[in-house]
Amino acid sequence: MEKSGSVDSLGSRQSSSRQPSVDSLSSSSTSRSDRSSQAKPASAMSSDSASTNELSPELRQQSKLPAKLLRGLNSNEPQLLPKETVQDTAKDVTYICPFIGALRGTLTVTNYRLFFKCMDRDQSLALDIPLGVVSRVEKIGGTSSRGEVSYGVVCKDMRNLQFAHRQPDDTLKKSIFEVLMKYAYPISNSLAFFAYDYEQIFPENGWKVFDALAESKRQGLPNESWRISKVNDHYELCDSYPSTLVVPVTIPDEDLRRIAAFRAKGRIPVLSWIHPETQATVVRCSQPMVGVNSKRCKEDEKLLQAIMDANAQSHKLFIFDARPSVNATANKMKGGGYESEDAYQNAELVFLDIHNIHVMRESLRKLKEVVYPNIEESHWLSNLESTHWLEHIKVILAGALRIADKVESGKTSVVVHCSDGWDRTAQLTSLAMLMLDSHYRTIRGFEVLVEKEWVSFGHRFQMRIGHGDKNHTDADRSPVFLQFIDCVWQMIRQFPTAFEFNEYFLITILDHLYSCLFGTFMCNSEQQRLKEELPKKTLSLWSYINSQLEEFTNPFYVNYSSHVLFPVVSMRHLELWVGYYIRWNPRMRPQEPVHQRYKELLAKRSELQKRVEELRREVANKAASLTSERAGSPTRSITPVQTFV
Amino acid sequence: MLSLGTGGGKASKASFVSYVTPEEIKSEKEPPKKNKHPELLPGEVVFCSANPILKFTQDDQSQRGVFGTLLCTNFRVAFVSDEEEDAAQHFKNRLYGEHDIPLMCVDSIYGGYDDKKKLITSGLVKNKSPNKMIIHCKDLRVFQFCLTFTKEEDARKIFQGIVHHCLEPKSLKCVFAFSYSNIPNPERWATTTFDSAEDWNQEMKRTRGWCKIVTGNENFELSQRLPQVFIVPKAVSEEDYAKFQGLGLPIWCWSHHTGCALFKASSVPMLQEDTVAQAYMERMLNDVAQNHLYSVKTEDLSETLPSIQEIQLAYTKFKQFFLIDNTTDFWMSDVKWFSSLENSGWLDIIRQYLQKAVEVVECLEAENTNVLIMEEDGTDLCCVISSLVQLMLDPYFRTLPGFQSLVQKEWVAGGHNFQDRCNHLHHKDKEQCQSPVFLLFLECVWQLLQQHGPGFQFSETYLTVLSDSVHVPVFSTFLFSSACQRVSSIRADSPQTQRGALSCPAVWDWSVQFDRKAQDFFINPLYAEKPVKVVKKSHRPKHQRQLSLPASAFKTPSKKSFFKEETDSLKKMLRLRRISRWMLSPDSPQPSTREFYEAWLRKPLDYHGLLLPCLSGPAIRLWVQRYLRWLPEVQVFGGGAMAVISRLSELLAQVQELKQQLEWKGHRQETNHRGVPAHLQPAVRHSSVFPFASSRNWSFRPVIPTNVFQSLLVPDSLADQDDEYTEVVSLV
Repeated sequence: MEKSGSVDSLGSRQSSSRQPSVDSLSSSSTSRSDRSSQAKPASAMSSDSASTNELSPELRQQSKLPAKLLRGLNSNEPQLLPKETVQDTAKDVTYICPFIGALRGTLTVTNYRLFFKCMDRDQSLALDIPLGVVSRVEKIGGTSSRGEVSYGVVCKDMRNLQFAHRQPDDTLKKSIFEVLMKYAYPISNSLAFFAYDYEQIFPENGWKVFDALAESKRQGLPNESWRISKVNDHYELCDSYPSTLVVPVTIPDEDLRRIAAFRAKGRIPVLSWIHPETQATVVRCSQPMVGVNSKRCKEDEKLLQAIMDANAQSHKLFIFDARPSVNATANKMKGGGYESEDAYQNAELVFLDIHNIHVMRESLRKLKEVVYPNIEESHWLSNLESTHWLEHIKVILAGALRIADKVESGKTSVVVHCSDGWDRTAQLTSLAMLMLDSHYRTIRGFEVLVEKEWVSFGHRFQMRIGHGDKNHTDADRSPVFLQFIDCVWQMIRQFPTAFEFNEYFLITILDHLYSCLFGTFMCNSEQQRLKEELPKKTLSLWSYINSQLEEFTNPFYVNYSSHVLFPVVSMRHLELWVGYYIRWNPRMRPQEPVHQRYKELLAKRSELQKRVEELRREVANKAASLTSERAGSPTRSITPVQTFV
Repeated sequence: MLSLGTGGGKASKASFVSYVTPEEIKSEKEPPKKNKHPELLPGEVVFCSANPILKFTQDDQSQRGVFGTLLCTNFRVAFVSDEEEDAAQHFKNRLYGEHDIPLMCVDSIYGGYDDKKKLITSGLVKNKSPNKMIIHCKDLRVFQFCLTFTKEEDARKIFQGIVHHCLEPKSLKCVFAFSYSNIPNPERWATTTFDSAEDWNQEMKRTRGWCKIVTGNENFELSQRLPQVFIVPKAVSEEDYAKFQGLGLPIWCWSHHTGCALFKASSVPMLQEDTVAQAYMERMLNDVAQNHLYSVKTEDLSETLPSIQEIQLAYTKFKQFFLIDNTTDFWMSDVKWFSSLENSGWLDIIRQYLQKAVEVVECLEAENTNVLIMEEDGTDLCCVISSLVQLMLDPYFRTLPGFQSLVQKEWVAGGHNFQDRCNHLHHKDKEQCQSPVFLLFLECVWQLLQQHGPGFQFSETYLTVLSDSVHVPVFSTFLFSSACQRVSSIRADSPQTQRGALSCPAVWDWSVQFDRKAQDFFINPLYAEKPVKVVKKSHRPKHQRQLSLPASAFKTPSKKSFFKEETDSLKKMLRLRRISRWMLSPDSPQPSTREFYEAWLRKPLDYHGLLLPCLSGPAIRLWVQRYLRWLPEVQVFGGGAMAVISRLSELLAQVQELKQQLEWKGHRQETNHRGVPAHLQPAVRHSSVFPFASSRNWSFRPVIPTNVFQSLLVPDSLADQDDEYTEVVSLV
């Protein structure tokens, strides 16, 4: 890799694109810790947010900043990314901030973002929001007496913005909000996502982070019981599955084809994870198409038997159906259903009672009502409870915990499915794998986990998020991936030293889940992604993340290999992720996010380390001067200060 | 540990659930007949004992337990296991073991009759003695003892004995502290006790206060309500000291660097026609106002804050969530956890007290007015508010010795009625006086600590231990009802006790409870020590006391005379201000306070300056360590906030060790090779409740919630829908 070249361009471009965040970071270091910069979202490249700015009274301290950093700050225009172009600018727009009140300023819309810069004397507020975050833009009410029109912008990241501006006198000229709507919904307007234009050179290609064969190899696959099948090489068996599948050696490809006809959407049982010692496995699939007539499939039964046989430690197999049993039964009417115990000998079926995508969407909607913009202090807890959000998190974590427990303590293989096996199943298998395998708790490991269990196994990101689609009421949208990340956050909180990444890493992933800056979360399946040539035409989020690991690293990480985590799934230990859901509220500032403390601690630690090192050097020098007759031997080097992690 | 039904198989105990009742076990294995005694403290006497008693382990409902001897002494209820105890305990209390309950720490006792559980309220148990005894402790431990293995006579005796000594009213002289003797150790953290005029003098100097010390109450001649030494505004005349037995007298708490000060007073009962009292109060207000800029704001806390009865009521509801007998109850209570928490009202009371403290801070900090807070006795709500205000404003009180001094100043010397608030003596007529006011204060401190970790030198473990120590009847600190009672007890040459004067230690002598290593847990490794180098003058003048103007600068004789002429208008002004304050309902957060808070937010945060709490919903949290430490269901093995804290502590310890090595043998070369000790290997993994509750009983299997899956009620229309709208048709 041409290190110098790439670093160079990285440096220059980043510093330009990251201007606002750099500002707030440095200002905050001179001021109120870096709270605000912490809670701030996808920072850097994309959404430098209201949080930094609304709250960033810090920015008032501009005078303390180096002059070069100030240049960007005083301009009314955002620092553009490469290939980003301004589409429209409107002066004298009012941003009605729910926390501060009305602020006048300039609104800019580019092909990537919405940027508002406040022009009022003492407010240095700037909003910088990727258009991918915009869920809905609507006109509110009619024209006011002052001839102003109000627009509401509903965002996918738990906030709503309201603007007011004077309608252009020239009726032919489009309002800036019409321009906004055009670029916010590239799909609806037959435009290309900005991700296709965006160019930036990163030292590493994030698309190469995950390689199915390499990951299988890491798990010791193939082995005597499991083989890698090429049956789905051209996505003929299942168009939502990856091309590389791990199946029992005893099941030939013809059988797999028959099984595909029996499992919903052809999503046959395949291996996700294998225990390195006991050989117990986590297998995922979709529901069997048993229907009301209790159809059976010999090959499917044989496959599950083979999965059980591949693990000598146990003569049982657990099938975890993520759905509530009522829903699973109701699915029979539509041809689906669940495995009967008659057909599957030695298998035990357990329902995990996780609700469907519609319930989850509604729960998040309620949560947004409770946390944004204002929080009712005295009824906070009962309001939170009424959203059921944390209860859903609890049920999902409890399900994953049961799976992990069966695999680890019971040494039993498990099969996990829901209806189609791309929402709840992905949540359960990935969380269980996170509990079982410490590799997934590293930054790169987690990237692999997301790429493998979510991206390659066809979680329908495009559909669930509704990238660039104006149809905001689409019933297929649901915060399934957000719930997964929330669960991971709950685990981070419970095990603050077990993960290599920090909270900021998770927030960054979520911000770019919506931003459409990177190709990582675009499209619905591996097949579509290849068709769209995403790895060629867009950048991977992991390229960006892996180029500045420092920011995403948990300083307290201890790598305990083969350490299984069993989180506590009691409400007493679950907490609303304030650093994500309530990050726009300036009054929540003092709630120090966990990783914020980490950073302080890290600084403290490095300071201490430095002191130790100094002291050691001092000692060495003294020693050297005292034993001057032997001082000539250069081999006697000082033991380097070891990292304390 | 004996694992019933498995014949003591240790390895399998975690997953094995026995359905055999203890009765069935008895024939299987005769428990060993041993009568062990705990190591008795000096002055400790055993009243009664019984063996064998089965102590259930809290792990689950499997009725497993440990056999041993149950004793009741004049200090504690003790359980001595027949089996060997694991020696390694990180955080061993030297006074009582993990199976011991100091008598004062007993919250309630239940008798278990087969399936039923009955609250025992008096020492006379008339019906048949129960087969099970459940003890709920004030430190939230729950013990369950099975009494059916021992002789019925013994069982009856031990049950009656424990109930008698824990629940029956007793006289102060029967408290163990009066029998205990201990040679005081040098305290690790020097604490100002505020017993002497000198201590008060120093404090006044430190804060640059401008008030006068009254020493005339050495023998409580002025009033038994007042401390021996106290400070009043300069303007208060001597004849006013004892006018209403000390009621209404503004007692100085703390001076802001600008010169304005915080005072507290008990209120004078005032009748409509009582012109004497009214005139007295007017005079007192004026005297306070004269302290600084002729300004005073006054607030009757009992009108705007939840009363001690409400505090008690809320806490009684609240603590029940943590005194849990079995796993089923635990998961049952998990379902409506948040609304249950909210309904107890405890967290909201914490919020209201913090809010009030912020209001007072605003008066002192932003408006530079004197503040006089009042309530009936002046020793409950006033103590909470005044200590919180000082904690927010004065970084000294956020150090460990400073905090201890604050508790001494406001609570101990300030005459908080610990005896009745904790109902140490179980007097039935004092039950309505019982209220965890001091605990409420510690809760508020914890909220501040968790929001501003680097601002505090002490850790949450320190606060937890301190809250436990209130109920350890060994210390003089939290034993008495007033300064007067304390002093007379310590001086006493009463004939009842042979030793005469009370010689028990203060709680601040932590070596009585913990060895040095355990005391290290009291230090918050996050604490950002004040930079050693002197801060530039222009930088952050606030709280750099050396930079503040001498308070006397505001006070010139000419102003004094000026004041006299202005008295009438001042009075009007005062009344106005009072009304404006009284008009506020506690529910509506004052807009001005919010502004004050937001203005503070905008300033750079200085951990050695003013610290304000965030009070919005999610910011007020449950004190997980204190309340959840004994519940096995919520132990996170290898996790919890402690994982970070202990790693940092280790690091700090290493650095200290290195420094020490440098000092001792810096000139020798070996240092280089010995410098990095074994700590550097990945730290020992603890459970989240570390250093409390030994993890011995930890099972390496997860706790699977029992009833999660029925708990979620969601609207049917949504729940019944299919995941895929678009493809329903193709599915059929």
